[in-house]
Amino acid sequence: MNREELNSRLSEIKNKLIAIEQKTNSRIYLLCEAENSYDISKFLFEDVGCRFVIVTGIDADNCFELLYHFAYDQLGCVITVKAFIRDRESPAIESITPFLPAAEWIEREIHDVLGIDFKNHPNLRRLILADDWPAGVYPLRKDLS
Amino acid sequence: MHDTVRKPVLAVGPFHPLQEEMEFFQLTIDGEKVTDIDVRLSYNHRGIEKISESLQFDQVPYLVSRVCGICSASHPLAYVQAVEELASVKPPERALYVRTIINELERIHSHILWVGLAGHFIGYDTVFMWAWKYREPVLDLLEEITGNRNNYGNVKVGGCREDIPDDFAPKMLKELDKIEKKMEMLTKAVLDDPVLHARLKGIGVLSKENAIKYAVTGPTARGSGVAIDVRRDDPYAAYGDLDWNVITRPEGDVFAKAVVRLLEVFESIKMIKQALKKLPGGPITTEVKEIPPGEGCGHAEAPRGETFHYVRSDGGNRPVRHKIRAPSYVNVPSFKASCLGGHIADVTLTLAAVDPCYSCTERLAVVDQHNNITHNYETLLKLSREKTAQIKKAFGLSGLKMEDL
Amino acid sequence: MSWKIWSLKKSPWVFHVNTGACNNCDIEIVNLLTPKFDVERFGIKLVGSPRHADALLVTGVVTRQAAPRLQEVYRQTPKPCVVFCIGACGCHTGIFKGAYHVVGPVDKIIKEVDPNAIIAYIPGCPPKPEAMISGVVKALSVL
Repeated sequence: MNREELNSRLSEIKNKLIAIEQKTNSRIYLLCEAENSYDISKFLFEDVGCRFVIVTGIDADNCFELLYHFAYDQLGCVITVKAFIRDRESPAIESITPFLPAAEWIEREIHDVLGIDFKNHPNLRRLILADDWPAGVYPLRKDLS
Repeated sequence: MHDTVRKPVLAVGPFHPLQEEMEFFQLTIDGEKVTDIDVRLSYNHRGIEKISESLQFDQVPYLVSRVCGICSASHPLAYVQAVEELASVKPPERALYVRTIINELERIHSHILWVGLAGHFIGYDTVFMWAWKYREPVLDLLEEITGNRNNYGNVKVGGCREDIPDDFAPKMLKELDKIEKKMEMLTKAVLDDPVLHARLKGIGVLSKENAIKYAVTGPTARGSGVAIDVRRDDPYAAYGDLDWNVITRPEGDVFAKAVVRLLEVFESIKMIKQALKKLPGGPITTEVKEIPPGEGCGHAEAPRGETFHYVRSDGGNRPVRHKIRAPSYVNVPSFKASCLGGHIADVTLTLAAVDPCYSCTERLAVVDQHNNITHNYETLLKLSREKTAQIKKAFGLSGLKMEDL
Repeated sequence: MSWKIWSLKKSPWVFHVNTGACNNCDIEIVNLLTPKFDVERFGIKLVGSPRHADALLVTGVVTRQAAPRLQEVYRQTPKPCVVFCIGACGCHTGIFKGAYHVVGPVDKIIKEVDPNAIIAYIPGCPPKPEAMISGVVKALSVL
């Protein structure tokens, strides 16, 4: 697939996006609300054929952001799905592990350090924090310095 | 819940001579076959991403160099590339070449280390001693350039800290020639050894389909036919200027991954030689006054696979968020796919083929349903070596050392 | 000098413990066995169980999860034994000081179970193999 074809494929899911940001030639950000991130990620992985890289979770004051980084290696592009979780009281998002086993640990880790619930995750147990780490304390939240 | 499984559990966890918990990997076995795997990390979690938020941008490379000691050039490189992207900073040409040379030297000693460890697991201790001996000249070269055998501290936002003196190039080329000859011997010995073929082929197979589902990178992916390499796909440093090949093998077994690593060493030597010849003059750093608000992604091909860093800035002098993706973190779960159905004698080797950090592979134990250790790491190692010995016997080669071949 | 100390000094058997490290120190420890450094000619041997060890080579910052395990390994090691804190992390948690999951350094965790523990420090990031050999020999000579 060349660059034009990629752009054309990405525009197929335009209705699920808030915006498409092209930071550089090889860095594309797809902004969306949390409830659309599952469909967009599935589309990128299964339809476009992107490689899953990692998920960055950010406590961004007024919301949580989950950045799903994908790579389209043939063009050397990094396509990041930036999902906004507006509910700070009970942040939750649909897990992508069911179709992407690679995401299993990554979502468990974000659950540990940011306290985000991943709905329908097959195994959402503690991964990286110690057994005796207090529940409800999320180290990567901004209110924990 | 996995905890209620009644079958014996193979625990791949921090070395503990007694019973109770097993951290890291818990494998369920049926007889002598692996049927399931569960993982419990935490042992090594140091909270690095949070520390990053309290450091200034220029201090972070020293921190991330120590995420994993054997990828200690790749992590800071991916990080500074992320910051350079966000700040639109272009390092000078010479810096890009120095970065390339340091990173390829790291790849060479990392792959040779791996070959030694794999030899150790199957009972070829001559290979282990030999490989780790021939790693040393590479570490010496790195020490002469950067001042340290590991944790080089050589990259910064905007360029490099230490230069490679032009009069150092002849010495480097001479050492690389020596290493290349030794590696030719070793590679030929591995490719010609019927015992190694029998011991490593068909073991720990990761199919191409699973390699994609588990999003693995590096030799773990390329040894399963997935032809990805950040150096070619999204060229950084000076890789776009050099002539080299991406090495892949389709079989997906331990042998394929060993071959990929061995052949990559030759590509690395080739790249360093070219880079030394083409090394441009000029400064190795450009001044960076401030980091504006924004975000950037940087990735590098570490010896184990893709290292990916995401950095967000709010215009201050510290990162607001710094995400670190170590290659092993994403490669290791694929152990689930490559280990299931395999024999426990092959567990150490299959895990090693994924090339996690050395300490991870040390943490092995078999535990029964009452959480009593039935086999510890020592025993699993013994099982692995016994299997090799049996194969040698079948070939009528018992007692033969590798250097005799 | 007791025969135990004498035998320890003659040929120390060491057990390696990683309490949360980047692996550089661990690799340099394994390097000690390899031809360039070859510590076995000094009688220093890496053993597979703390029950057989005279000394512990401890790397890492001691993460929260690792702390109880480190203490358990120390208890299992017959006394007298020397605890070598290897590297900047082992000595004082190095660059990870103050991190939320770090409860070390090593000496603090060991002293919780034995305030009179014999502890030696080999700094470096990582300490060169020569430095580790020198540190082990030096520590044993003052015992």
